[in-house]
Amino acid sequence: MLILKCPYCGVEAEETELTAGGEAHLKRFGPGSSDDEFHDYLFTRENPKGVHFERWRHANGCGKWFHAARCTQTLEVFGTYSAQTTEPPQEIKDKIAAKRPGWTWREFS
Amino acid sequence: MSTRISSSAAPRFGRLIDRDQPVTFTFNGAPLQGYAGDTLASALLANDQMLVGRSFKYHRPRGVVAAGAEEPNALVGLGRNERFEPNQRATTTELFHGLEAQSQNHWPSLNFDIGVLNSKLFSRFLTAGFYYKMFIHPRPFWKHIYEPFIRQSAGLGKAPDTELKDADTYEHFYFFCDVLVVGGGVAGLQAAKSAAASGAKVLLLEQNAYWGGRAPVDGGLIDGEAPEVWIEKTRADLAALENVTLRSRCMGAGIYDHGYALGYERLTDHDPKLFGPRHRLWRIRAKQIVTATGAVERPLSFAGNDVPGVMLASAMREYAVNWGVLPGQRILIATNNDDAYRTALCLQDAGAEITCVVDARPNGGGALMEEVRARGIRIETGYAIKKVQDGKRVHRVALCAQDSDGTDFEEVDVDAVAMSGGWSPVVHLWSHCGGKLIWDETQAHFRPDADRAPTSHDGAGFVWAAGSANGDMTLQGAVSDGAHAGAKAAEAAGFSAQMPDAPNCDETVEAALLAVWSMPAKAGIKLRMKTWLDYQNDVKVSDVQLAAREGYESVEHTKRYTTLGMATDQGKLSNINGLAVLADSLGAEIPQVGTTTFRPPYHPISMGAIGGEARGEVFQPLRKTPIYSWNDKNGAHWEPVGQWRRPFAYVRDGETVHEAVNREVKNTRENLGLLDASTLGKLVVKGPDAGRFLNMMYTNMMSNLKIGKCRYGLMCSENGFLVDDGVVARIDEDTWLCHTTTGGADHIYSHMEEWLQTEWWDWKVYVANVTEQYAQIAVVGPNARKVLEKLNAQANGGMDVSKEALPFMEWRDGTIGGFDARAYRISFSGELSYEIAVPASQGAAFWEALIEAGQEFGVMPYGTETLHILRAEKGFIMIGDETDGTVIPQDLGLNWALSKKKDDYLGKRAHGRSHMQDPDRWQLVGLETLDGSVLPEGAYAVGGGYNGNGQRNTIGRVTSTYYSANLGRGIAMGLVKHGPKRMGDVITFPGTDGTEYHAKIVDPVVYDKEGEKQNV
Repeated sequence: MLILKCPYCGVEAEETELTAGGEAHLKRFGPGSSDDEFHDYLFTRENPKGVHFERWRHANGCGKWFHAARCTQTLEVFGTYSAQTTEPPQEIKDKIAAKRPGWTWREFS
Repeated sequence: MSTRISSSAAPRFGRLIDRDQPVTFTFNGAPLQGYAGDTLASALLANDQMLVGRSFKYHRPRGVVAAGAEEPNALVGLGRNERFEPNQRATTTELFHGLEAQSQNHWPSLNFDIGVLNSKLFSRFLTAGFYYKMFIHPRPFWKHIYEPFIRQSAGLGKAPDTELKDADTYEHFYFFCDVLVVGGGVAGLQAAKSAAASGAKVLLLEQNAYWGGRAPVDGGLIDGEAPEVWIEKTRADLAALENVTLRSRCMGAGIYDHGYALGYERLTDHDPKLFGPRHRLWRIRAKQIVTATGAVERPLSFAGNDVPGVMLASAMREYAVNWGVLPGQRILIATNNDDAYRTALCLQDAGAEITCVVDARPNGGGALMEEVRARGIRIETGYAIKKVQDGKRVHRVALCAQDSDGTDFEEVDVDAVAMSGGWSPVVHLWSHCGGKLIWDETQAHFRPDADRAPTSHDGAGFVWAAGSANGDMTLQGAVSDGAHAGAKAAEAAGFSAQMPDAPNCDETVEAALLAVWSMPAKAGIKLRMKTWLDYQNDVKVSDVQLAAREGYESVEHTKRYTTLGMATDQGKLSNINGLAVLADSLGAEIPQVGTTTFRPPYHPISMGAIGGEARGEVFQPLRKTPIYSWNDKNGAHWEPVGQWRRPFAYVRDGETVHEAVNREVKNTRENLGLLDASTLGKLVVKGPDAGRFLNMMYTNMMSNLKIGKCRYGLMCSENGFLVDDGVVARIDEDTWLCHTTTGGADHIYSHMEEWLQTEWWDWKVYVANVTEQYAQIAVVGPNARKVLEKLNAQANGGMDVSKEALPFMEWRDGTIGGFDARAYRISFSGELSYEIAVPASQGAAFWEALIEAGQEFGVMPYGTETLHILRAEKGFIMIGDETDGTVIPQDLGLNWALSKKKDDYLGKRAHGRSHMQDPDRWQLVGLETLDGSVLPEGAYAVGGGYNGNGQRNTIGRVTSTYYSANLGRGIAMGLVKHGPKRMGDVITFPGTDGTEYHAKIVDPVVYDKEGEKQNV
């Protein structure tokens, strides 16, 4: 029963207010992409024991999708941020790097 | 025998009972008497009822072992009929007038049980992993011999009658606090006191009806007084504080992510006559949590340690002090530590003869032992119980040297045995959310590792273990640790806490224990096969050793293979002893073997509490259309469609549902039908980029739809499967209205929002779900236009609904019969049809106006079944019938709706994958039985040959099947391999009843193929 702060409406929302949407920052592949690219886009997901970026929707609230950076092992939340971005904001990357020395963006443990 | 201690001889015993208030109850129908304050277990023991049940596998006689939640044996069925509940622990059941308890797992009676033969005849087959072994060889034996035998004898308790509904009510309760303290013993009380002093909002939960835990039983002094005095004073002080909430009879059941915790409050179990809910589930959000959950004593592993009358030493002391019950008159005590000597002193004070204290330690213990010796009680050090003789109660015990195999022994006659194998902290709640443990070699137990606490959102720990739950086994340690944990928790919750002075305690210092995992140390196989680890699941030392020999090295595997710790008590008594045996068998250290995972709840909680108020009518919200009341009054046979209720058919007096459907089907084709279509999803999509957006959502082109026109559209998921369909209308330059299926409205709305918010967030589009803002009525049949024209004439004007002014697949705004209406000339039946949307508030009035005006045209309302039959006669697909999440538009002959002009839409790339282009995909056809019968729903068509499992190969399946009153025969659609190329072929559908159906492959459209009826 996680608590995540919705970056849109500011509510500290309990998991029952949210729906999970899987891995964040996927790049969509459409017509013209190779079979491998499309296959990976559809089916291949990271499942790290550690830092992860996820999509959540404040479904029983303001209805907005947002992103959360959290540790799947310790349940630590590094921050939530707009879903309308292709990369986590620098401040969240910095915060993770400070807490997890050696961590870099797009490297999953 | 087991008796109540006379109050005149030993007045200090029985502190929790009121001897002036006798309470009558029954056990297996026999009336018995206890006192107010008794538990069912203490009352049974007071009545010399040592035998309380039979064991799970071997049906061995079993008695009460413990005095609390850890009890593995004393499970009973409580109550009767709609209040019957199996597997209730006698030790945690408070006695009340009229309580009815039945023992479990025996036939024909508790005293004489035929299943005990399992133990004698079959025990060598029922060893570790017997299910797995039995499943294999020889195969036919499973069905005819093993399975009936196991079915007959296995299972704990019996399930309540499924025809009866639980007569009680339950509720959920939400609570928010800074510090939650679980456990109202001395550590928990002190923790709550220290936390509350900082100003933090504190919730303190205690599972028992009384406060203070074991301290009054175990003795010592707090601030120079008996523990009861300090406990009551502290409780009263806390109760007086505004920032503290206290709840007894409320167990902390589980700790979850980010400070979520569950409390399980039993409000009326102790007195079912009380008004209100029976159980309350506390859904707690705490910033910090202190677990002061105490410790449980471990049994010793000797042969016959499950015979009724063998109990934990601490439990015997508890029965004497708390409930004034002496479980035996001549008692033998076996121990590996000093604490059991307290039991010797206590029970002798209560009037029992202590035959001997058998201490496994070569040199015995410390001051407590000397106190016992000074009383002249026989003490044997370096000694062990070789075996307790089998029977329905203890009567003879063989003793031998601990460091032996038991060849040389002496026998003593006793009627009860108290055993103490050391104490294990209750670490369950600490562990639920990831708290780690360390092995404490000195005390031979796992305890919380404060450096590896469960972590919360900020990465810091949020759980503090305190007192004996933290491995602090002394009174002073418990109180001081409680003070420390309470203050630290408050500080972590953002309050400035001062480290309070814990009260000073006086107690006798204990000597070290000796870890003893087998009694005697060199016990042979005959003894080990009678030495129980897990009482509830009948797992013995020999089973764990066998598992280890067979290669089960992981503790998690051994648990599942032997079922050690898998019963309703989740191994509270057995885990450490089992781990030690496994470690010894593997030649490993205990901490290397580790523990199994602790999962919530700590103790079983009722399904009623989990469900709370969500049952019956309020299980989920019911959605009603504006026409619901009229439908309900006019014979609606309701069908649940998601959270909606829709009329399946409108049944008249003297009619069956089937007859009603046939009448509606014919009438709609011949005269006039009305359908309440309000549940249809209605999504407004608006903005400069709305057309571009809908081109991505739908497989066909929507941006070029002309204002005033409608178009049928398909929606696929990104992986190409058909997810929804419906008619889209262009309202104005940048507004479209998308109809979805009834079940798809919310889902498709979310689907659109998701893509807009997360992929094309720079597109200027809004989506609004206006499903409930409109009532929508389908006016269908040859007389449809006539009734609308009549309404307009009555209102002196209205929308022109002629063929010329409102052609097929167009829509108009205006008034009909004076109602604000938007009329769509669309048809899901193949008839002349108008779907008319009016504001929801006018829906009921408009419906009634249509019914009244339609009388002369033969109007009848029709339900969802007629809707289905009419569309099936026309070969129209239905999402959820023809689709199941694996079907693509190409399978349904809907290639025409897949735009070739668009570069991209959801599903387009997926349709290019090899499997989607496979010519062997099953495709939509009509199916016509040779004899006119109706094909069974979901039937599969068989081809030649058999698959690897010996099943006939399948070549297709029925997706929709109905009786058509219009055609006077069954009609069906299905997906068939190469179907469209096999027109006229007859294929076979085996039914589940042994019959076979033969159907010809035909065109799916079986009524008005040219569409002449709708184009009028």
